[in-house]
Amino acid sequence: MNFHAQALELRSRRNEILASNIANAATPNFKARDLDFDSEIKRHVGIGPLQTTNDQHFPTMVAAPDNKMLFREPINPSLDGNTVELSVEQMEFSENVTRYQTTLTFLNNRITGLMSAIKGE
Amino acid sequence: MSEIKNIFDISGRAMASQLVRLNTVASNLANAGTIASTKEEAFRALKPVFQTTYADQLKHSGVSTVDVVTIAEVTRAPEKAFMPHHPSADADGFVYRAAVDENEEMVEMVEASRQYQNNVEVISTIRALMMRTINMGK
Repeated sequence: MNFHAQALELRSRRNEILASNIANAATPNFKARDLDFDSEIKRHVGIGPLQTTNDQHFPTMVAAPDNKMLFREPINPSLDGNTVELSVEQMEFSENVTRYQTTLTFLNNRITGLMSAIKGE
Repeated sequence: MSEIKNIFDISGRAMASQLVRLNTVASNLANAGTIASTKEEAFRALKPVFQTTYADQLKHSGVSTVDVVTIAEVTRAPEKAFMPHHPSADADGFVYRAAVDENEEMVEMVEASRQYQNNVEVISTIRALMMRTINMGK
């Protein structure tokens, strides 16, 4: 469950970044950004409450690390220094949206399973 | 400038900027071909200047949007034409045509409307995703 929650958060963050790229499609000198989902999810999973070994230890939560922002390498660089390519961004965006929905479906199935276990039907 | 809170800010401000661009195109096209008696009076095409507005913690979030910082006149000089019978002609019989390139404006219009559509598409997709997320577990 934690993995899917992390994945959902990361996907939604990536959606925002891709939306920023699309928003800046006509801004001179804008450099398109993105994050590498595979490596980010590996860093995010496994981060949670710190284990305590003594009753007097304070329970703490480790903050999630900053996402590693990367710059996109343009296929066809344009003269105004803008590295947003609409076709690339739209493709990445629709892929990301589809994967977000996939994760959502996994979560929904999990919740439905838990609910039927709780009700004992 | 207000901070960027969510994806609606990002795409909404981009749409507003593209709309300013479309407005300048409309006013340029409306003034294309107008004639003035002096070089200074002649209409010059207006162009919005786009600039990226970054979110506060850029390194963490990586989000940004776009704003129009100013609307500039093109530096292109108005075309001087010899029309001695025109009512606006100066003492030497010259008039000045508005510095508007219609072809350039049409290309600009197509590009601006296309990019506006892209942002609308992003918003409606995200809205659908949010609705699905709200209904999670039902």
